[in-house]
Amino acid sequence: MATKDITAQQTPEAGERNLTELIRVAVPERSIRADLRAVSIVWRRELIRFRSDRLRAVTSLVQPVLFLFILGTGLSRLAGRGLPHGVDFQTFIYPGVLAMSVLFTSIFSAASIVWDREFGFLREMLVAPVRRWAIVIGKCLGGATVATFQGIIFLALAGVAHVPYDPVLLLTLVGELLLLSFTLTAFGVMMAARIKQIQAFMALTQMFVLPLFFLSGALYPLNGLPAWLTVLTRADPLTYIVDPMRHAVFDYLPLRPQVLDVLSPGVTWAGWLVPLGLSLAMVAVMGLAMLGIAIAEFRKTE
Amino acid sequence: MTPAISVSTLTKRYGEIEAVRGIGFEVATGETFGFLGPNGAGKSTTIKILCTLADPTSGTARVAGHDVVKERDTVRRNIGLVFQDTTLDNYLTGEQNLRFHADLYGVPKAAFGPRLRQVLEMVGLWDRRGGVVSTYSGGMQRRLEIARGLLHAPRVLFLDEPTVGLDPQTRASIWEYINELKSREDITIFLTTHYMDEAENCDRIAIIDHGVIVAIDTPEALKASVGKDRVQISTADDPAAIRALAEEFGLEAGVHEGLVTFSVESGEHFVPRLFARLPVAIKSVSVSRPSLDDVFMSYTGKTIRDAEASIGDRNRRIATRFGRR
Repeated sequence: MATKDITAQQTPEAGERNLTELIRVAVPERSIRADLRAVSIVWRRELIRFRSDRLRAVTSLVQPVLFLFILGTGLSRLAGRGLPHGVDFQTFIYPGVLAMSVLFTSIFSAASIVWDREFGFLREMLVAPVRRWAIVIGKCLGGATVATFQGIIFLALAGVAHVPYDPVLLLTLVGELLLLSFTLTAFGVMMAARIKQIQAFMALTQMFVLPLFFLSGALYPLNGLPAWLTVLTRADPLTYIVDPMRHAVFDYLPLRPQVLDVLSPGVTWAGWLVPLGLSLAMVAVMGLAMLGIAIAEFRKTE
Repeated sequence: MTPAISVSTLTKRYGEIEAVRGIGFEVATGETFGFLGPNGAGKSTTIKILCTLADPTSGTARVAGHDVVKERDTVRRNIGLVFQDTTLDNYLTGEQNLRFHADLYGVPKAAFGPRLRQVLEMVGLWDRRGGVVSTYSGGMQRRLEIARGLLHAPRVLFLDEPTVGLDPQTRASIWEYINELKSREDITIFLTTHYMDEAENCDRIAIIDHGVIVAIDTPEALKASVGKDRVQISTADDPAAIRALAEEFGLEAGVHEGLVTFSVESGEHFVPRLFARLPVAIKSVSVSRPSLDDVFMSYTGKTIRDAEASIGDRNRRIATRFGRR
């Protein structure tokens, strides 16, 4: 009893030695709330890291800016002749380059899983009493958010490419960027589940990224191509997000229908025009499928 | 009552290397149980299996009454773990690392603040909590890691070489905290160590060598089983000294850590006789009471430092084979 009285009179500083109230052996409950809390903290960690890494935010903007301003301006003198009057080459490639602005960031935020494994932090997450899907989903959402944020910065440059700042257009584009970023991060996380070395991961994703970009129709219209290139462009998942994005942008430009048909012809499968909704749904399904594979991979033990 | 940990005929193979070779033991609830052995003896592998990070090749292990393979998720909710190598996020601050942990381990939000202060003050990092971990020294990172492991109070706490590279003061304060925690809660602690003095904190110790448990008992009982004092002498001619010890006294001596070493009852009475009768010049002499090191030596035929030296080669081979650092 005496000890209890002393404890009660202790000042806050001295009271810190009193552990009884502070530390109780506890078994956290298995609950969806606990898993959601885990999703949230894994997601927040990505944001914190992005915020503290301003250099990354700047450097990953370099590539799309180069494409838009240097390549775009340079090629416009040549490509401009093929374009209908009143449309800049920069305007034409803007949606594709916008997609590109999230491409690298998405996949490289998945690379942080490989880093985490190398520095041991992944183990801290994998041994935690939460379901593995919570960790993987948190990671994908985090990567998607950071990449979309990156895209939004690039979206601010829309005016330079003569793309209007219409709120509905901007919201549509942000939504599409989010979808794209999520799918790309899921792809990266799926790869990171298997690839244990950062060099191998970088080399392999690098190998994927540029072909994906070049085949997506980001830099040229998808009609009238040679058969082999037509097949390859249709096989590129990125095609099905670049097309809706270009469609969204061109809807807001004052263009005649004939011009639209030339510049934004849509994706066709043997003459059949793929609806925009189906395009977007395909990207979403792909993202979810890769997320599923990633979760299955992370559920395995040594 | 179900034991906190129960392991039977557990093995783990990595390719051709058998890291754990059919071990079995039980740890009672509330007990502090130590795994003592050199690096590479199978301690960390056993911990990995118990923490559900690796599957056993054969045999079973149960933690808090749940099978580590079949009820992986339930086991994870019952355990806490301080890893041997750092598992911190270097880009986050100390406090952010701990908050991350608290959220993953479901620490009640109201309890987080006071506990954060409690564990950080214990390891002397309260003032540095806002600093990014990459600016911490190695010792500070280690301390932060231990603070994190103690942030949530699990049923079974695993400490894999918890205090490697820490100064004696911090070690003492961490042990004070753990012992206080133990006196108030039914927490079970499983630790691996190759520090003898740390093993003294355990209720029971298992000595593990080459993936096999060679002895398992309380530290006192293990020391009593040795019974003799250890004498180490440095001489002008070691082989001659060893021969003389055998001929004159019937003692079996060996060279350990560069010194002629042998065990003898009541060592301080033996030393005068040694000086009188040994034909080889003695440069220095030390007599020590049986320590866990002697226990280790009597069961494995080598001191723990000898074992570490020889195991180094084997570890490097494992490392190349599995690409581990």
